[in-house]
Amino acid sequence: MRPTDRKYTKSHEWIMMDGDTAVIGITDFAVNELCNGNEGDLVYCDLPEADRLVEAGETFGEIESVKAVADLSSPVAGTVLENNAAIEDHLEILSEDPWKKGWMIRIKPTSTKLDGLMDAAAYDDFVAASAE
Amino acid sequence: MSDTQTLKQTPLHDVHAALGARMIDFGGWRMPVQYGPILEEVTCVRTACGLFDLGHMGRYHVVGPDAIRMVDSVATNFCAKIPVGSIRYSLFCLENGNPIDDVLLYREERDVFIVVNAGNRERDLEHLRKHAEGFDCEVIDESDDLDMIALQGQTSVAILQELTEGCDVGAIKYYKFDYGTVCGIENVRISRTGYTGEDGFELYFPPTESERVWNKLLEVGAPHGLKPIGLGARDTLRLEAGMALYGHEIDDNHNPVEAGLGFGISFKEEKGDYLGRAALEAIKANPKQTLVGITTDGKRVPRQGYKLFRGDTEVGYLVSGSVSPTIGTNIGTAYVLLGNEEVGTELEMDIRGKRQACLVAPQPFFSRTRK
Repeated sequence: MRPTDRKYTKSHEWIMMDGDTAVIGITDFAVNELCNGNEGDLVYCDLPEADRLVEAGETFGEIESVKAVADLSSPVAGTVLENNAAIEDHLEILSEDPWKKGWMIRIKPTSTKLDGLMDAAAYDDFVAASAE
Repeated sequence: MSDTQTLKQTPLHDVHAALGARMIDFGGWRMPVQYGPILEEVTCVRTACGLFDLGHMGRYHVVGPDAIRMVDSVATNFCAKIPVGSIRYSLFCLENGNPIDDVLLYREERDVFIVVNAGNRERDLEHLRKHAEGFDCEVIDESDDLDMIALQGQTSVAILQELTEGCDVGAIKYYKFDYGTVCGIENVRISRTGYTGEDGFELYFPPTESERVWNKLLEVGAPHGLKPIGLGARDTLRLEAGMALYGHEIDDNHNPVEAGLGFGISFKEEKGDYLGRAALEAIKANPKQTLVGITTDGKRVPRQGYKLFRGDTEVGYLVSGSVSPTIGTNIGTAYVLLGNEEVGTELEMDIRGKRQACLVAPQPFFSRTRK
């Protein structure tokens, strides 16, 4: 099972509360959909600067592979505190460790409740169903 | 996710699954997009050889005393002037000059064998049959009776010859075809054609033999560097080689004249009238835009639909794009208004609100024979 210390979206982002801030990234499934296990297929990632306001479901960035461009959507509303600049030059981090080193942004959410998101078990089922 | 129930499968579908291919919906077909990293597949074809499943493409045979005249009434190229045993690129256009498809015409003694794109199969067939009325000929759909694979790359002659009897495959010239016994199957159509810019062949044989031919080629080809190649790499290979793809460089709204496909269009008087001729002549006399190559040193990949700017003025839009491991930069094709087509012209592409510098580049990006 995927990490149980966080919640998941249908668009394959994860969000993990850390005190009154939240860390957001994308799942192993999302990375694999983009690059099919070939980290060299990832070509670009655009992340927002600090102080940017995001709504729940709003696009905060983009990730691009040889094949496609995907939007990065925020699971919750809040203010961006920092981004993981290391990713932009080292996209392989995302395939190596999407759960820790591959975090994308830290935000200050307007609410600390993570409503309407899936837990790890539900997300596992969701991915298994969509892979059919 | 697409509903896989409604997608058609080629005779090699299970073979791709067993090879671990990633499958996608392409023109209504469930096809392998890649078996491994796409860029490595591109390089494999450029340095050795690749095997492609083309079972999704349409294969039609126009037979009968009027076959050639009938094809000349709908095709842009001059079918009657194609030497027997030769192949020509052509298009089927509507009255307005825009194509419903681009095709290969195989000229036989009396008949014409036609290979069309997967996504246009049904409408091509309908179109051909409609326009065959009044001609003494028949349009036979051989798609399900004849499978098709391609072998593309510098080692393709050596690989194919090992499995072929009764035909010196290396002696078949580019864009010509012959017949031989391949893997023990008699009368296999062997065509020196392809969609990669490399030397290679396209082979036609009964679908009951597909799995055996595919596996035998991979086995014999392994020491020659042969690997199965998916549609992802195929798209990059054709783009590098400057070849049009229906739905990108040409479609219901993009005519072949402005796409630079004049080599597939005959304006000879002897050809007589054909569907779209008047419109194509008018466009040729007064084109508005032209297709160009684009290169960019930026990280982002050119993609269909991105707008192109010269300063603040919008001057065109991209229709294809890819990372090109052969060229070493990201590449694309674009339509630009006349006056912006000179090689070296500095443009910017708008990628969802962000600009990235790019240049008009010579076409094709890659050519094995010309360099």
